[in-house]
Amino acid sequence: MDVETKLEISRDDAVLIQPIVAARGSFYYLAAALLAFSALAFFAWVEQLRRGLGVTGLNVPVYWGVYITNFVFFIGISHAGTLISAILRLCHAEWRRSITRAAEVITVLVLFFGVGSIIMDLGRPDRALNVLRHPNFRSPLLWDVCSISVYLMASTIYLYLPLIPDIAILRDRTGGASWFYRFLAAGWRGTEKQKRRLDRAIAVMAVLVIPIAVSVHTVVSWVFAMTVQPGWHSAIFGPYFVVGAIFSGIAALIIAMALIRRIYFLHDYLKPVHFNHLGLLLMVMSLLWFYFTFAEYLTTFYGGDPSHLTVFYSKLTGRYALAFWTMFATCFVIPFPILAWRRTRTVAGTVVASISVIIGMWLERLTIVVPTMSQPRLPWATGLYSPTWIEIAITLGFGATFILLYMLFTRFFPIISIWEVQEGREHSLPEVIERVRSYMPGTEPVQ
Amino acid sequence: MARWGMAIDLAKCSACQACVVACQSENNIPCVPPEEARSGRILSWISLLPELEGEYPRLSMRLVPLPCLHCDNPPCILVCPVKATGINAEGTVHQIYPRCIGCRYCTTGCPYTRRMFNWYKPEFPGDLALALNPDVSVRPKGVVEKCTLCHHRLMQAREEAKAAKRPLAEGDYLPACAEVCPSGAITFGDLDDPASAVAQLARNPRAFRLLEDLGTKPKVFHLAEGEWSGGRGNQT
Repeated sequence: MDVETKLEISRDDAVLIQPIVAARGSFYYLAAALLAFSALAFFAWVEQLRRGLGVTGLNVPVYWGVYITNFVFFIGISHAGTLISAILRLCHAEWRRSITRAAEVITVLVLFFGVGSIIMDLGRPDRALNVLRHPNFRSPLLWDVCSISVYLMASTIYLYLPLIPDIAILRDRTGGASWFYRFLAAGWRGTEKQKRRLDRAIAVMAVLVIPIAVSVHTVVSWVFAMTVQPGWHSAIFGPYFVVGAIFSGIAALIIAMALIRRIYFLHDYLKPVHFNHLGLLLMVMSLLWFYFTFAEYLTTFYGGDPSHLTVFYSKLTGRYALAFWTMFATCFVIPFPILAWRRTRTVAGTVVASISVIIGMWLERLTIVVPTMSQPRLPWATGLYSPTWIEIAITLGFGATFILLYMLFTRFFPIISIWEVQEGREHSLPEVIERVRSYMPGTEPVQ
Repeated sequence: MARWGMAIDLAKCSACQACVVACQSENNIPCVPPEEARSGRILSWISLLPELEGEYPRLSMRLVPLPCLHCDNPPCILVCPVKATGINAEGTVHQIYPRCIGCRYCTTGCPYTRRMFNWYKPEFPGDLALALNPDVSVRPKGVVEKCTLCHHRLMQAREEAKAAKRPLAEGDYLPACAEVCPSGAITFGDLDDPASAVAQLARNPRAFRLLEDLGTKPKVFHLAEGEWSGGRGNQT
C-alpha cells in the first residue's frame, strides 16, 4: 500500500466523528455543571487536609466508611470495560464492535477515582509514596497497589491499541496539522503488516487483561477477607467481589451507552439488540449475585458464631436493615424481572435496571464495610457512623469528575471504534458465514 | 532477652482509672473535646472495657483495663502496607509515627480495637502544654498511635542499670499504668523469666487472655475474679 495513502472515514460512518468536529452548546453547560461539583469536592478535600480526617463522620471503631466504600465501588465499575470487551473480543461476539471502546474508556478513567478514594481516606496523603519506599508485601493493601497499577497500565494499553487506526483517521482529516493526533497515531498507515501486528497485539492484551482484572477485585476483597473481623473473614469474598464488580460494570456500561446514543444521535450504532444482549448478561450477573449473597449469608447464619451473628442481624433486622434490604431490592428484586422479561428488556428497561444495580452495588459495598466495623468482637461502645457533607461532597465530586472526563474523551476521540465497525461491515459477514459453516458436520474446521 | 508482659488482676482492680490518667499524661495523649469524645474519638492507650453480663435485674458488670495486648502474633502488623508497625525482639509492638500513612488498616485489623487514630492535630489546651513529657514525641495529625509499654522508660531503666554496672532487675522498668495502680492490680515484667511475678501470675489458674481462640497470643493476661472477691459470682 502507498505510504502516502490518506486514511479516511467512510461516508456511512461520518456521524462517528461529529462530536469531535463540533460540540453542541449543551456540552458546555453540562461540563460547567459537572465542574462545579468537582470544585465543591476539591474545596471539601482542602478542608479535610487542613483540619484532619476528623471532619468526616468516621470514629472509633468505624475507621472506614464512605471513602473505602467508594474505593471498592469504583474499582468494581472498572471491570466494565476491559474485562467485558476482552471477553467479547475473544469470543468473536460480532455485536461487540460498537460498544468495546465505550467500555474500555470507563475502565481507565474510573480507576483513577478508585485510587483517588484511597488517597482521600489516608490520614497522611503526603506520605502515600511510602508504599514504594517501605513496601510490606504481606499487606493485602500492598497487593492492591501492585495489582491495580498493573491493571491501570494494561487497560490503558488495551484502550490505546484499538484507538491507533482511529487516531490516524483524525490525523489525516486535518492533513496532519495537529501534533496531538500525529504523535498518538504512531505512524499508522493501515498497511497489511501494521494491521496484522495490531491484531496480534490486541489479541495478546485481551488475553492478558482478563486474569489481571480478576486479580484486581479478588485482591480488593482480600483487604477485608484477610482480617479476622466478623462478616469479612470469608473465603468466597474473592469471587463474590469479582461477580459484583462485573455486575456493576455492565450496568455502568449500559447507562453510558444510552447517554452516548442519545446525545450524539448514534441510534444506528447502539441498537436495541446491543442493550438486549448486555441486558441478558446483566441478568445472569444478577442471578449470580443473588447466589453468592445467599450462600454467604446462609453460611454465616448456620455457623452461628455470636460475633458473626451480631453483624448478620444488624444487617437483616437491625441498624443497617434499610441499607441492606434496599440493596437486595435494587440488586435483584427490581432488575431481575425487568431483564428477564423480553418486553421490558428494551433500551429504557435495561437503563432502569442498570441505574438500580448501580445504587444497589454501592449499598452493597457500604453494608460490607460499615456494619462489621461498627461491631467489633469486644463490646466497646459501638460507633454510629453517618457521613458528613465533606464525604458526600467528595463522593459526588468524584462521580461528576468521572462523567466530565468521559465527556472530554468523546470530544477528542471517537467513542465508537470506527475501524472496527468498518471491518465488521467489510469482512466479518463472510467470516461469520464461514465460521458457522465450519460448525456443521462434514466440513473442515476453520483455522 | 526479655519478653515483656503484663498481668491485670480483676479481683484487685477497683476500676478507679488511675492507669488511664497516668498513661494519658505519661505519653502526651491529647485531650479530646467533649463533642468529639461523644462521637467516639477518645484517644486512650489503656481504657476500661465495660463487660455486661445477664439481663436486668440480674445484671453484672465488670470493667476490664485493656492496653494494647502486645500479641506475639499481632494481626495489625501483618496488614500495614508500609511497615510502619512491627514487633521488636522483646515482643513489644511498636508504631513508627513518621512513616505511618494513616490508612487505618491496622486499626481495622486489630480484633481488640486497641489502636488510636489522630483525627485532628493534637491539642494541649492551657497548662497541659507545659506538662508534656519530654521523653515522648507528640504525634502529628493523621497517624495511628498505640501503647508502647512506655518504651522510653525501658531505655531509661537500661541506661541507669548500665551506669550502676548491674543487670536490669525486676521492677526497674515499669510502665506508668503498672506503677500508678493503687491496688496493685497490674503486675509487669519479663514473661520469659520463670521467677518473675508476672510469669507466675500468667500460670495462675485464674489467668486468661482475651479472645485467645483467635491465635493472637497476647502478652497481657487478665486474672478473673474469684468468688471471694465480691465479683460477678456473688451477684448472680
